[in-house]
Amino acid sequence: MELVAVFVSAVLVQNFVLYYFLGICPFLGVSKKIDSAVSMGLAVTFVMTITAVVSWLINNLILIPNDLAFLQIVSFILVIASLVQLVEMFIRKVSPPLYQALGIYLPLITTNCAIMGLALIAALNEYGFAETVVFGFGSGIGFTLAIVLMAGIREQLDLADVPEPLKGAGIALIVAGIMALAFNGFIGMLT
Amino acid sequence: MATKSIKAEYLKGLWDENPVFRQLLGMCPTLAVTGTVITGIAMGLATSFVLILSSLVVASIKKLIPSQVRIASYIVIIASFVTIADQVLKAYFYPLSEALGPYVPLIVVNCIILGRQEAFSSKNTAGRSFIDALGMSTGFILALLLLGSIREILGAGTFLGYQVMGSWFKPWIIMILPAGAFMTLGILLGIALLIESKTKRR
Repeated sequence: MELVAVFVSAVLVQNFVLYYFLGICPFLGVSKKIDSAVSMGLAVTFVMTITAVVSWLINNLILIPNDLAFLQIVSFILVIASLVQLVEMFIRKVSPPLYQALGIYLPLITTNCAIMGLALIAALNEYGFAETVVFGFGSGIGFTLAIVLMAGIREQLDLADVPEPLKGAGIALIVAGIMALAFNGFIGMLT
Repeated sequence: MATKSIKAEYLKGLWDENPVFRQLLGMCPTLAVTGTVITGIAMGLATSFVLILSSLVVASIKKLIPSQVRIASYIVIIASFVTIADQVLKAYFYPLSEALGPYVPLIVVNCIILGRQEAFSSKNTAGRSFIDALGMSTGFILALLLLGSIREILGAGTFLGYQVMGSWFKPWIIMILPAGAFMTLGILLGIALLIESKTKRR
């Protein structure tokens, strides 16, 4: 039950994009077509789940027992950067079709603050191992949900008559605001 | 680039290349910490500290860093300064550090900082990089201050915790919520583009 709550919270209530404001750059940049939004979402979900596992292991097996918690920031960022590189090489070798689908989005993920945020928030909330895995996967699904919904709206938005200065990022942010308002309705689910 | 005067190098960060309004960089912290003015300012100062010192260090040792591993080296330099900022905030300003939550450590992935190292400090002298970082920081703080002021005044009727709106004022709760952050920034971006296009035409 506890794990279900963590999952629902990560997907809907504390959505990474709409609640924590993490991963705004790809959210604004990639969310123009549904196909690329889905690929980006899948890539992020994949990396997030792995990052959650690896950062938990490092934090709880190496840093905390040795009283090195202040090295969290440096070690997490290095782990994420090398992890993304490894995942990229691994996928290219094992599953070329998946590699084709995720394509250029994988390297971009290194600088995606959502991944770093995931490692930090999981450490901050002091989640156990199972919770961390569910939290990582759920956050990825939540990110995918937000970015795909946004892409759907923006495909329609291209046909709408938007005032000149608001075109592009401006209107995208206002739409995101309305989406965040809608997602606010899910807060009641957890109490 | 080298022909710019020191003053122009500083001023470009305020408007022409303002990180938030013109370059759309560092949006995550901009949206996340501007619920109140004080957290916005704290975030701005912490980011400036990291940006200025990283620019100085990167510009000073740029000849020693092989270009293949430069991004990784920049990240380690930035992460070290972020750790210092995070530890100092935790030690001396604990309530503020609690309020900022994961966003102080997240300065490490703030695209403004890595962007300036790659675009500016790796090609310019330490002095020039310092001025550039100072300008970008000022622009970032101004953006956070503007967004934080609008959201705190409309969302709570206060400024830096002091009541500024009369008792007739009913706070717009939405401005404190994430939704208010997105909408305010969206409208401000629109206004910035409008001003830019008006001044260009003249």
